[in-house]
Amino acid sequence: MAARVVVNVPPSAKRGEVIEIRTLVGHPMETGFRHAQTGELIPRDIVRSLVCTYNGEEIFRADLHPALAANPLISFATVAVDSGTLEFKWSGDNGFSASASAAIKVV
Amino acid sequence: MITRRAFLVLACAAAAPARAQLPPNIAQIRKRALDAAIDEVVGAAPVRTGRVKLDLPPLVDNGNTVPLSVTVESPMTAADHVRSIHVFTEKNPQPKVISVTLGPRAGRAYVATRARIADTGQVIALAQMSDGSFWADRVDVVVTLSACLEDGLI
Repeated sequence: MAARVVVNVPPSAKRGEVIEIRTLVGHPMETGFRHAQTGELIPRDIVRSLVCTYNGEEIFRADLHPALAANPLISFATVAVDSGTLEFKWSGDNGFSASASAAIKVV
Repeated sequence: MITRRAFLVLACAAAAPARAQLPPNIAQIRKRALDAAIDEVVGAAPVRTGRVKLDLPPLVDNGNTVPLSVTVESPMTAADHVRSIHVFTEKNPQPKVISVTLGPRAGRAYVATRARIADTGQVIALAQMSDGSFWADRVDVVVTLSACLEDGLI
């Protein structure tokens, strides 16, 4: 099942402007410390990293740990340098991977 | 309404005390884990206070989702920028929360996310500058409903 992903990037910006990017990925972020009702430990299942590239160049990378809330929301800033696409890639435990992309027009 | 079956399952789980019991020196264990996690990032370099601003509510109602943001004072040029930002908590079973790598392309040294915080204690934000220096901000928070409470892991 594809993960639910929300990415918020302004559709257009002035050249050199600092824009804020917000990302959210649907994931339970199971810590590996909780027990099921029957007593056994629920194994860890988290998103481990988010990488953002702007026209192919990496601008932001985050390493996530179990202490992030479920459905990890990460927002950060970048400079709008050129029109193009921003690509977002999440990867995690049990082969989890999700991606999204957003177009931006720089005037 | 709890069924007889559900009650028996719960009672059996509660009767297995060895698993749920915490070692007596838990505070020391947590502190050592936090120091180790910070040392892993910092190494032998000194950590100075200032330049970093960690913003999170001083009173947390629900430790399962705590909004927090980190802003670092920096011109964010190729010569002088923030290389990475790390967030740690004092009382979680694992102290690391998030580590981000940025560069001059960020424009503004800023990251915001939502964390799980296990108990009343300190939250620490650490930033590494492009010249290799480390700066930190420590904020005390009070948590009323903690994350990971069900197993008494605090």
